[in-house]
Amino acid sequence: MTLRVVRGGAPAAEAPATAPDGARAYVELAGVAKTYRRDGRQTHALERVDLAIRAGEFLAIVGPSGCGKSTLLRLVAGLHLPTSGETRVAGRIVDRPQTDLGIVFQSPVLLDWRTALANVLVQVELRGLDPRAYRERALNLLAQVGLKDFADRYPHELSGGMRQRVAIARALIHDAPLLLMDEPFGALDAQTREEMRLDLEALWLATRKTVLFITHSIDEAVLLADRVVVMSPRPGRIERIIDVGLPRPRGLPARRAPEFVQAAELITGIFLARGVLHGAGGETTQDQNP
Amino acid sequence: MALASRRGRAFVAWLGHRGGALTIFVLLFVAWEAAVHVFGIKEYLLPPPSKVWSEFWRRHEIVMSGAWVTTQEILAGYALAVVVSIPLALAVAYSRFMENAVYPVIVFLQIVPKIAIAPLFIIWFGFGFTPKLLLVFLLSFFPIVVSSIAGFKSADRDVMDFARTTGAGSLTMFFKIRLPQALPHIFTGLKVGAALAATAAVVAEFVASDRGLGYLLLQYNGQLDTPMVFATIVVLSLIGLVVYYAVEVVERIAIPWHVSQQATAKDATL
Repeated sequence: MTLRVVRGGAPAAEAPATAPDGARAYVELAGVAKTYRRDGRQTHALERVDLAIRAGEFLAIVGPSGCGKSTLLRLVAGLHLPTSGETRVAGRIVDRPQTDLGIVFQSPVLLDWRTALANVLVQVELRGLDPRAYRERALNLLAQVGLKDFADRYPHELSGGMRQRVAIARALIHDAPLLLMDEPFGALDAQTREEMRLDLEALWLATRKTVLFITHSIDEAVLLADRVVVMSPRPGRIERIIDVGLPRPRGLPARRAPEFVQAAELITGIFLARGVLHGAGGETTQDQNP
Repeated sequence: MALASRRGRAFVAWLGHRGGALTIFVLLFVAWEAAVHVFGIKEYLLPPPSKVWSEFWRRHEIVMSGAWVTTQEILAGYALAVVVSIPLALAVAYSRFMENAVYPVIVFLQIVPKIAIAPLFIIWFGFGFTPKLLLVFLLSFFPIVVSSIAGFKSADRDVMDFARTTGAGSLTMFFKIRLPQALPHIFTGLKVGAALAATAAVVAEFVASDRGLGYLLLQYNGQLDTPMVFATIVVLSLIGLVVYYAVEVVERIAIPWHVSQQATAKDATL
């Protein structure tokens, strides 16, 4: 039983926020709130979030911009500290930047002066490890993300999608158990996005890391995740957590599966009810539905 | 194959680029020479390039010894500017106190027309080498320090966040991320500073001196020895050009990735 009694007395009705019986929670947020102060003004980015991510789970958070989903990711990484509540990773309280993870942002943030290979290896160099020992592994990872022939190219010689693939390889090189992805495909065109999604699923199936995946695309969340956390805008709250029962690998056909349609419509419905989406149907992200 | 043809095309493009500029230069000199002869323009107003060259050749020893003096002033003042401004930029970028206390002063002093200070330097430091060195320093200093500060502060938030998740120490982060990221900005400042250095040296010599190209320039001007005025200006320009290109060569060696990145961006827009 991983249900936690949360400071401030969270009602047991929020049970879906925690992992079900038997599964070990790798990441836990208990009553986590984050308020930014600037010029005496307060912005409530996150309001009392309870969430548990199981070890080996692929969890997606979907929500409109300004719902605090990126804040949530930074709290898990220890890049921000919560105003109240606590975050735990692998049972330890997060009170400083965490190092036992890989992180991917919306922009690839590669170092312009390094080749793709050297950009992957910077991860181990910054950790004070010998990059020569990781060279083989880095080349394998680059091959896995489809960049076998591009290891010696500089970022400005790569396309946006290829750069993001390098960033993903960089997040995996040190084999950390947790992968944090903050809208990693947000800056890519639709077709590249689709390819990246398929490759990410394959990569995840091969490694089974715990993944926290932030996106504003309902399709992407449902197609990739075991569970989708739906967030509502300012102040950010968890609106609903949806189990996605689609079998793996999901690949392309999953878009036609009834489970996908059902989950996507459920989330769309929540966004419509919350005023996140407006207007008549057909202009949401579900344009490929039958 | 693909690479070879890409290089080949780049070379042809380069030739077209530079070749055009070269042709225009040659045409300009030809037109100049012809115009002077055809319209019978007086030599003290506009000497033909051939006359400038022959006069220069006749008295090149005087000009070259003056050039050596000016070059020394430029190099010493510029070197001092580099040595002072980059550590200062580091301090401003990394110390909250320095940022609050020193940076506003730098910004304010930058607005002062530095050349206006030259006469003051004569009062303080006399007619020798020192006031020239200081004026060169002063003019080169500001662009270098301002763009270096911008460079050291330019680190992207996400890059730094990524670096923090590696647990790297601040020294490692500086040498692996912040410094290389700042270098393109620093070189921009270094190039602007180099271009200003020659101007500063000549102005300082104008104000008070008994040697150097600025001194010679005033002498020739007073004697209406216009061919030598032109010759001196050309030598002065060449010194400025050499200093500037020297910095650019260092840039190419230090940050080849940045130079080629710009080249790619240029190719893309062509």
